[in-house]
Amino acid sequence: MFALSDKPIAEHSLLRDCTHARAGALAVFEGRVRSLNQGREVTQLEYEGAEPLAGNEFAKIEDETLRRFDVLEIRCVHRVGLLQIGDVAVWIAVLAAHRGPAFDACRHVIDELKQRLPIWKKEFYTDGDSGWINNP
Amino acid sequence: MITVDVTYYAMLREQRGASNEQVQTEATDTALLYEDLAARHHFRMPKEKLKVARNDEFVDWSTPLRKGDRIAFIPPVAGG
Repeated sequence: MFALSDKPIAEHSLLRDCTHARAGALAVFEGRVRSLNQGREVTQLEYEGAEPLAGNEFAKIEDETLRRFDVLEIRCVHRVGLLQIGDVAVWIAVLAAHRGPAFDACRHVIDELKQRLPIWKKEFYTDGDSGWINNP
Repeated sequence: MITVDVTYYAMLREQRGASNEQVQTEATDTALLYEDLAARHHFRMPKEKLKVARNDEFVDWSTPLRKGDRIAFIPPVAGG
């Protein structure tokens, strides 16, 4: 499951819905907005995403991850829009029978997502400046 | 000459001043399309830094262009 959301991620209700009779393990990653990036104080940031390209590419990541790791289900929600310090920018959950594959697959998903999904981040700094990450 | 639909994101959208447009072009593949548009609009982003999507899938730069294709140029990503 994948979604881009322009509303705050409801991580508690997403968590509550993460059930699977065969799952002895649930690994969750939350990517959050932090206030310091490369020595600069961040006030807020803005995410932009391309759909359905992001969903299509995530489906490939999901497929690859399900083949490579012994896991049952993968779910992901990524924010778009304006986010404040502490907000959840991305939420990933992996259900598996056992904890090893759950942890490993969860790590793999966020690593792949960061490399491949058509999502961009613009940071705003306390000095009034702003910039797109990876696009100097 | 064919007409394609082009979408720009992030930095490229800011450089173009628009997120989407219909483009008439002589270009026969996605690489030539970008070169055409970069020349018209003085994009400061080399093709080597971008990826390209055609009809909602990533493709490589040598992908032929067809009338009605929806092309998106993808600046360096920063999700997660």
